[in-house]
Amino acid sequence: MSGRTGGRWAAVAAAACAMAAALAALPPAAPRDAGGRAPAAASVRQVAVRAPAKCADPEASLRPSIADGPAVQRIKSRGRLIAGVDQNSYRWGYRDPATRELSGFDIDLVRAVAKAVLGDPDKVTFLAIPTNQRIPALEKGKVDIIARTMTINCDRIKQVAFSTAYFEAGQQVLAPKGSPVTAFDDSLKGKKVCTAKGSTGESELRAESHGATVLTVPNQLDCLVRLQLGQVDAVITDSALAAGQAAQDPSVRLVGKPFTTESYGVAMNLGDQDLVRRVNAVLEDYRRGGAESPWMVAYRKWLAADLKGITAPPEPKYKD
Amino acid sequence: MSQPQPDPGTRRTAWREGLDRLKASATTEPGRLRIIGAVLAALLVAFGAVTAWQVTDRTTASDAVVDHSQPLSADAADIYRSLADADTAAAGGFLAGGQEPRAVRERYEKDIALASELLVKAAANTEGSHGAARQIALLNAQLPVYTGLVESARANNRQGLPLGGAYLRHAGDRMRDDLLPAARALYEAETGRLGSDYDDAESWPWVALATGVLALGALGWAQRRDYHRTNRVFNHGLLAATAACAVVLLWLVTGHALARSGLTTSYEHGAKSLRVLNEARIASLQARGDESLTLVARGAVLTPEGGDAYESSYRSGMGRLVGADAKDTPASGAPAPDSLLGRARALADGDGGREPLVKAIEDVRQWQQRHREARAADDGGYYERALPKVIGEKDSTGESFDRVDRELGQALAHEQGEFRSAADDGRGALTGLAAGAAVLAVLGAAAAVLGIGRRLSEYR
Repeated sequence: MSGRTGGRWAAVAAAACAMAAALAALPPAAPRDAGGRAPAAASVRQVAVRAPAKCADPEASLRPSIADGPAVQRIKSRGRLIAGVDQNSYRWGYRDPATRELSGFDIDLVRAVAKAVLGDPDKVTFLAIPTNQRIPALEKGKVDIIARTMTINCDRIKQVAFSTAYFEAGQQVLAPKGSPVTAFDDSLKGKKVCTAKGSTGESELRAESHGATVLTVPNQLDCLVRLQLGQVDAVITDSALAAGQAAQDPSVRLVGKPFTTESYGVAMNLGDQDLVRRVNAVLEDYRRGGAESPWMVAYRKWLAADLKGITAPPEPKYKD
Repeated sequence: MSQPQPDPGTRRTAWREGLDRLKASATTEPGRLRIIGAVLAALLVAFGAVTAWQVTDRTTASDAVVDHSQPLSADAADIYRSLADADTAAAGGFLAGGQEPRAVRERYEKDIALASELLVKAAANTEGSHGAARQIALLNAQLPVYTGLVESARANNRQGLPLGGAYLRHAGDRMRDDLLPAARALYEAETGRLGSDYDDAESWPWVALATGVLALGALGWAQRRDYHRTNRVFNHGLLAATAACAVVLLWLVTGHALARSGLTTSYEHGAKSLRVLNEARIASLQARGDESLTLVARGAVLTPEGGDAYESSYRSGMGRLVGADAKDTPASGAPAPDSLLGRARALADGDGGREPLVKAIEDVRQWQQRHREARAADDGGYYERALPKVIGEKDSTGESFDRVDRELGQALAHEQGEFRSAADDGRGALTGLAAGAAVLAVLGAAAAVLGIGRRLSEYR
């Protein structure tokens, strides 16, 4: 997870197809770590069937442009950007119970898009979109963009268009400080592990449980409740979300390295090509400026405390 | 020191001798009269005794209905209600965040205190009832777990951590999956006991009635025999005995019939309505809790179809309360006849019972309307507008819910009164019957013996 930049991308691209198809989280089990584990033969076959050779690089997006097309015109004439976000992911998109304001890394990104398109970061209508409603909401035109820790993969790029990757995360283990659990390995043997139902973590554990018993809960945050109540010994979730959990409980920490790689992108309707280019232009500006870039500022504000060691945003990739 | 064994031969002879004497006396008229007198007296005393015994049984059972099982059933309903109410208050207070209104917090604390207190009371009164005892043990074990989770939720929420919401949902799940089913099972067990006490109190005293009819028949036969033998129309003693017997029999039939009808009324108009109203109140509490949790969970928990789990639970609660919405158009006006409020209204009698229900139905409709507005605002991205529509003091779903809860409380109080007065009427009908039957039967037996004695004296 930490500071992976251009060099890493070569390896990623090489295995991108297998990886990304597996990221769909639709097949029950699919390994995706390009460098680390040897994928099981069955899963490779599955991947080969599911993802045709065309999907070599799902993270590659359209080149940035600030020219107005029909989608940008639609947002301008409405005067508001409609963004689908999460309200429950601490540090990413969540509603502070005290201020009742939405905040987080994803929210800052949406505001940057609103500022670029409409000249005002507050001209946004935030809709809370549940995980499984992200693609339908875009297809039905309920929202213009989805910024909701959404992983780019080969299955999804057939249904929605993604911006360039704005964050790189991976499944990781969260355990109490001083726990014998040290990574996604045999230190999990005989332990109880919690993960969200239907998540990538669940399919990873189904493929290789390392001798752990698995408890699934409706939402990843429910795992932290179970961990605090002593009902489980460790949590497996996305490193980005795990950072949000660690931020809420100083006695837990992320252990080991992320054992998968997933890139987050801003999702839009397949037809809104002008909007995709516009958002990519915003992301270019967002990344620009080295340590003082808006991206790094947002990273330090929301994530650095629990997701240490990131020195730069992921490099963009373009397909045209 | 040894005593001679009683000679079995001697005893048999004595027994045989007694029988022989009885046989011998049955061949003479005075002998027969003595036997008839003894049988009549025995029948009358037996009638009195059986009546006293069976009526006492029924009085005890109807006392149990009024003083024991109905209050216990009502207490179990209160445990059930206060738990559901606590859960609703916890979710409401949570939504208000740091500005949790004092009244909401007090309501939660009062509910938990009441539930604990009633659980202690119920535990002391469930002798021999295993089902109830098991539920009480479960409730006692789970209640502190629940309150612990709610406090964790509050503490995290006050620090602005979304973890608080996850704790509250976990607490809500414990309430829904463990506590409320146990409270419901306790309520069912106590209500089952109420039903069996009702059955005991209402069952006809057949043995007493049969003995009475037999005694009356025997008296009639003796007087007819007397008339044929002596041509005298009346034997005063036997006549008085017949009158006493008839009075007891009549008293027994009318007294029991009255008691029975009083109890039946108390069941039909009281216990049955109380049950439906309690269910309705719980359904409204759960719908309110779900409504708050929809805003707390913010789409974190989904149904398999992809809808919000709490919104869908709210809808099914409202469906139980007033009937499900049609596919596209929301239901309005009168509730569905098989819904809880529809049934409660059909069972309610008198203006006192009907009025609060009519108002409650109107308020549920208003609640649904406001809920739709709140959901539309939240779904449209206006959480800030949705929140006051749910927890605000004026024109909110909370205001509608409070009115519904108050009106259902009034309807419950009314039905409790109906139950009590009908059951008291029923119990009154049996007053003095046991003692009266015993005294009259003894007097009748004495009169019969006197009457036969008068005939016997003619043979000396």
